[in-house]
Amino acid sequence: MGATIVEKIFSGRCAGTVHAGDVVMAPVDGAMIHDITGPLAIRKFYEMGGEKVFDPRRIIMLFDHQIPADSIEAAKNHVFMRKFAAEQDIHNYDICEGVCHQVVMEKGHAAPGEIIVGADSHTCMYGAAGAFATGIGSTDMGFVLKFGALYFRVPESIRTEVSGKFQPRVGAKDLILAIAADIGADGATYKAIEFCGETIRRLDMAGRMTCCNMAIEMGAKAGIVAPDSITWEYLKGRRAVTPFSLASDPDAPYSERRSYDVRRLEPQVAVPHNVDQGVPVGKVAGTPVNQVFIGSCTNGRFEDFAEAAEVLGDRKFSEKVRVLIIPSSRDEYLKILRAGILEKFVTAGALVEAPSCGPCMGGSFGLLAPGEVSLSTSNRNFRGRQGSTEAFVYLCSPATAAASAVAGEITDPREV
Amino acid sequence: MRVWKFGDDIDTDAIIPGRFLTINDEKELAQHAFEGTRDDFAKLAQEGDVIVGGRNFGCGSSREHAPLALKGAGVRYIVAQSFARIFFRNAINVGLLPLVCPDTSAIRDGSSIVVHERKGTIIVDGKEHRIEPVPEFMYNIVEAAGLVGYAKQLKEVPLCTKSRR
Repeated sequence: MGATIVEKIFSGRCAGTVHAGDVVMAPVDGAMIHDITGPLAIRKFYEMGGEKVFDPRRIIMLFDHQIPADSIEAAKNHVFMRKFAAEQDIHNYDICEGVCHQVVMEKGHAAPGEIIVGADSHTCMYGAAGAFATGIGSTDMGFVLKFGALYFRVPESIRTEVSGKFQPRVGAKDLILAIAADIGADGATYKAIEFCGETIRRLDMAGRMTCCNMAIEMGAKAGIVAPDSITWEYLKGRRAVTPFSLASDPDAPYSERRSYDVRRLEPQVAVPHNVDQGVPVGKVAGTPVNQVFIGSCTNGRFEDFAEAAEVLGDRKFSEKVRVLIIPSSRDEYLKILRAGILEKFVTAGALVEAPSCGPCMGGSFGLLAPGEVSLSTSNRNFRGRQGSTEAFVYLCSPATAAASAVAGEITDPREV
Repeated sequence: MRVWKFGDDIDTDAIIPGRFLTINDEKELAQHAFEGTRDDFAKLAQEGDVIVGGRNFGCGSSREHAPLALKGAGVRYIVAQSFARIFFRNAINVGLLPLVCPDTSAIRDGSSIVVHERKGTIIVDGKEHRIEPVPEFMYNIVEAAGLVGYAKQLKEVPLCTKSRR
């Protein structure tokens, strides 16, 4: 019997054969903590009797949810974490580099075959780099900081094969919203979603990150793409690794197989208040919006802004809409700055904020009042996610966001 | 002990909204539990009350503030048809017991409830409902008042040991 990528990763790190369903105490290759869940993780580390972390070179810290500090309490949390980083000799990117998941990827902290944990649910994004990566809570993270290992139940995998070529202005975000609507908010609970097929093989790293990022929205423990030439090319200059083969065997024991054809896929919008409520954009076209947010760990990369700028063209954003542009990292910020894309957005009437989680944090800035509608390229539209529990958050691609920001209402990007 | 009944897909933003995540104390977090979603919970929840949900309880963020807020409000058990993975682990780690009950649809808000987790039953308004057995290692962690107590007993981790469920 063959093995899935995820089983191979656990077998490799545990120097023995493990199968889905096994519970293993596995070594952790990398750990990430941020300003929201980090303070609690550090407290738990000390409560467990921790004195020195297991290996400071395998831990990174950064602040992205409440930056620059938006309250005295946030500032105190930052100070507490900076002190810990200094004492433990942990690399702290502080408030300077961007959203945690983008930074982990672009600074080469995740590589094929590794087991990475982050104290944030969207840690599953690093599956785009061929790593097994999963989000954990603060107490689990305290345990990892102390021992460099954690109990895992090796997950079953859902083989998700994608074929066909996207229509213009339809892409990875539309695909993953359609998959989430199909699998459902809990359809992949405890499982890994393996993305494969010709469409995924052609997809750039930005698109693969968008897909893996949202695996958690179906309850999945991880999302993963088998590393290929696109992966190894991305890692060049970020991480000194020699390419090797890591793929599921043809007879791997998948718990489920699903296939999707994107040739006729339309732009998707997830309507309030759940991520699995995706519908073709036409069903909600004409819905007036108050705020459009283009950014987040899901869609805050150069490719996302380039797509939005192409849709925008030389037009202005609607005066009825507040448009927030938030690059996911300093590197992505510089790329769109140098390409003239930021100037286009600002000229069109957008507000540009520093790399951070922005309104998706739901407590820092860019919040919604009762009754307001936000259209967002982020990953969650739960009630209250971007402010008032009486506000409405719709999720979409950067192309749909840009088209809608121009029109002032939800709009099919293929029609502008 | 009363039942606080919730529906399907109760997410961690509903349990504790993002704007309260600078708080790390469970009693203080409890004052904001379900704020904006179910405001009477923080005011009226009593020590020993039980939360009963539908499918996918605790989906969304990895914020441990969510089970901590419930613990701070006096909750010791959460009964649901299924749990989101990270919330499930977090609940056990902070010393809350998540219990799986195959069908919670007939359980009404405000009912009286008694949990017999070792016997695998809950009694709601005198009617018995079956719950799935709790694995022993979960008891070990919950009875050590969470993973912290458990970790304190460990000198080193038994790396790469595996056990089948």
